[in-house]
Amino acid sequence: MSSRPALAEPQTAEAAGTQAKARTGRRPLRLPRPGYLVSKLAAAVVSFAVTLVIGFSLFNLMPADPVRTMTRGRPVSEAELLRLRVQLGLDKPVWERFLDFVNDTLHGNLGYSWEYQQSVASLTMDRLGPTLLLMGTSFAISVVLGLWLGLRSGWRAGSLFDRITSATALTLWSVPTFWLGMILLIVFSVGVGPFHGFLPTAGMSDPTLPQTGMTHYLDVAKHLILPALTMVLVVYAQYVTIMRSSIIEEIGSPYLLTARAKGLMDAAVRRKHALPNALLPSVTMIFMHLGTLISGAVTVEAIFSWPGLGDLTFAALKIPDLPLLQGTFIVFSASVIIMNLLADLAYRFLDPRVRDQ
Amino acid sequence: MTDIDTRTPALEVRDLSVVYPASGGRGPARAVDGVNLSVGQGEIVALIGESGCGKSTLARALVGLVKPTGGQVLYQDTPLDYSAIALKQYRRHTQLVLQDPGGALNPKQNVYDAVALGPRLHGLTDRLPETVRNALAQAGLRPPEDFFGRYPHELSGGQQQRVVIAGALALNPSVIVADEPVASLDASVRGEILKLMLRLRDDLGLSALVVSHDLGLAWNIADRVAVMYLGRIVEQGTVEEVLLRPQHPYTQALLSVIPSGAEDWRPTLLTGEPPDPTAIPAGCRFHPRCGRWAAASADERAASGCDRRELPVLAPDASAAACHLLSPTALETA
Repeated sequence: MSSRPALAEPQTAEAAGTQAKARTGRRPLRLPRPGYLVSKLAAAVVSFAVTLVIGFSLFNLMPADPVRTMTRGRPVSEAELLRLRVQLGLDKPVWERFLDFVNDTLHGNLGYSWEYQQSVASLTMDRLGPTLLLMGTSFAISVVLGLWLGLRSGWRAGSLFDRITSATALTLWSVPTFWLGMILLIVFSVGVGPFHGFLPTAGMSDPTLPQTGMTHYLDVAKHLILPALTMVLVVYAQYVTIMRSSIIEEIGSPYLLTARAKGLMDAAVRRKHALPNALLPSVTMIFMHLGTLISGAVTVEAIFSWPGLGDLTFAALKIPDLPLLQGTFIVFSASVIIMNLLADLAYRFLDPRVRDQ
Repeated sequence: MTDIDTRTPALEVRDLSVVYPASGGRGPARAVDGVNLSVGQGEIVALIGESGCGKSTLARALVGLVKPTGGQVLYQDTPLDYSAIALKQYRRHTQLVLQDPGGALNPKQNVYDAVALGPRLHGLTDRLPETVRNALAQAGLRPPEDFFGRYPHELSGGQQQRVVIAGALALNPSVIVADEPVASLDASVRGEILKLMLRLRDDLGLSALVVSHDLGLAWNIADRVAVMYLGRIVEQGTVEEVLLRPQHPYTQALLSVIPSGAEDWRPTLLTGEPPDPTAIPAGCRFHPRCGRWAAASADERAASGCDRRELPVLAPDASAAACHLLSPTALETA
């Protein structure tokens, strides 16, 4: 060794030093940190407080006079108008009304709908079922279909399968929801030319059929097909696109090569190594979508007269039924905030890199 | 250190070629174009070349990740069988270590799972914790238990590379193919990893092919050196032969850029087109950039045939250089 000229790199002396430094600089045990949960919870509470302020301001500082709106189209005396104002609490100063509103909201009282003469909370609960049925079904199908297609196309990017999948997804994504819904309605409910429509045009069930038992479930399923299909076609493309690009990003990673070099088969490399890492961006999107699930799809519910929360919001907007709008606004916002909180927490389980931040 | 094991080589390639199909308006790329190379038992061979010369492709072909378009890879004198089962079996014995240790580890796997990946794949799960512990200890991560639950992002570059090496050792391989194993590490950590590889050779009798563009690395750890240029090995021999008495003009040029400290030190800088495997020059592939060819007179050029005559492929463990200007016998027989 000593006969060799000075080609060699600096080697032994520094080697020992770095090694010692690398060891002592690391903590041996990782403890769970409750601080993370607390900070995320605090952030969610702040978001909700801001939502309350915005919700209140939006619907109370609007120029439209609620009492005039309510009594629209019928003769009323000044005394009656005054009585209504007192009844609605509109005679109180703004700050007092805001405190009342916050207090009511925190106690689960979301106001009283003018139009339906019913509490907003109970109205919302009534409409929650149909919305969750429609949105849940289409959401589950979109996620599974989208992620599967995205995974397959990203793994063989540029293949015929990829080109067909990507082109179809992008086309459907670009199409306006109302237009697609209408086309499906015309083709499958009304019928085109010799083709007879066989699916119901509107609603969630046929009132002439019994409202219980197997017949009812099948009837609801039949009504569900078109609105759910419309939602899926519009939403699944987002999952295809995001999954495809995450997979393409992962596919060049040397750790996949390592796994393959150790003898793992291609399909297993994809499933066990590429997929879990590529799934992270999709998880963010899944939680974002989950948050917006209950607000429903106003457009789709309106087209198919689906008796859900989106339809309710649409009806409230037309009047406008301010307490109802305010109530649904709060519910929808709260749902998004909660889902975001869950997403933050889920990330810590899914990605070790986030755990230490 | 330099007595070469002359028994059955651990890993050998015979007349290997890998051609990538034409794409994007370019012709097919002859990344590896006729290579003989052998790695003896317990021998460390350095494969040196600049980027794009085909050395990484050759490394991937050696571990069976790239199927050669011609020639053979032989493991202990048995040609490699590319059926799924045989290949998986082969991968127990030959392990790949990649350049970027951060990328070579799955970010979602902790150290234990990363090291246990190989043994689990091959069903070697009896006493798995002990296998993992031993592999980590052999790779110089002590105490091994401290590293079990760590994730790659919590480790330094040197520690990551040790985990990668431990992952290779966990399968108790006989050959390690390392593709630029220290290129992305700090100079000081680099020394540690090289020392580790030497120790593994001495303690476990591992053979290794180390791919690098770094002559210093070859000097530090290799028994033999093969210099690759544009898909061919242009010179090979023991470290002393190749690095102290380089024969091929290309090797000489590579070595000349290392400052010698001498008064008259003058680097030979390579000029001309960088090598392109889609357009390999006729005759000697190096002649367009060869200083000796450039300096030759018209008569000498005509006599040498550097621009017309193909050079023979070097024998697997010969000490030789493939150059027309060096071998008068080759000139005569032409």
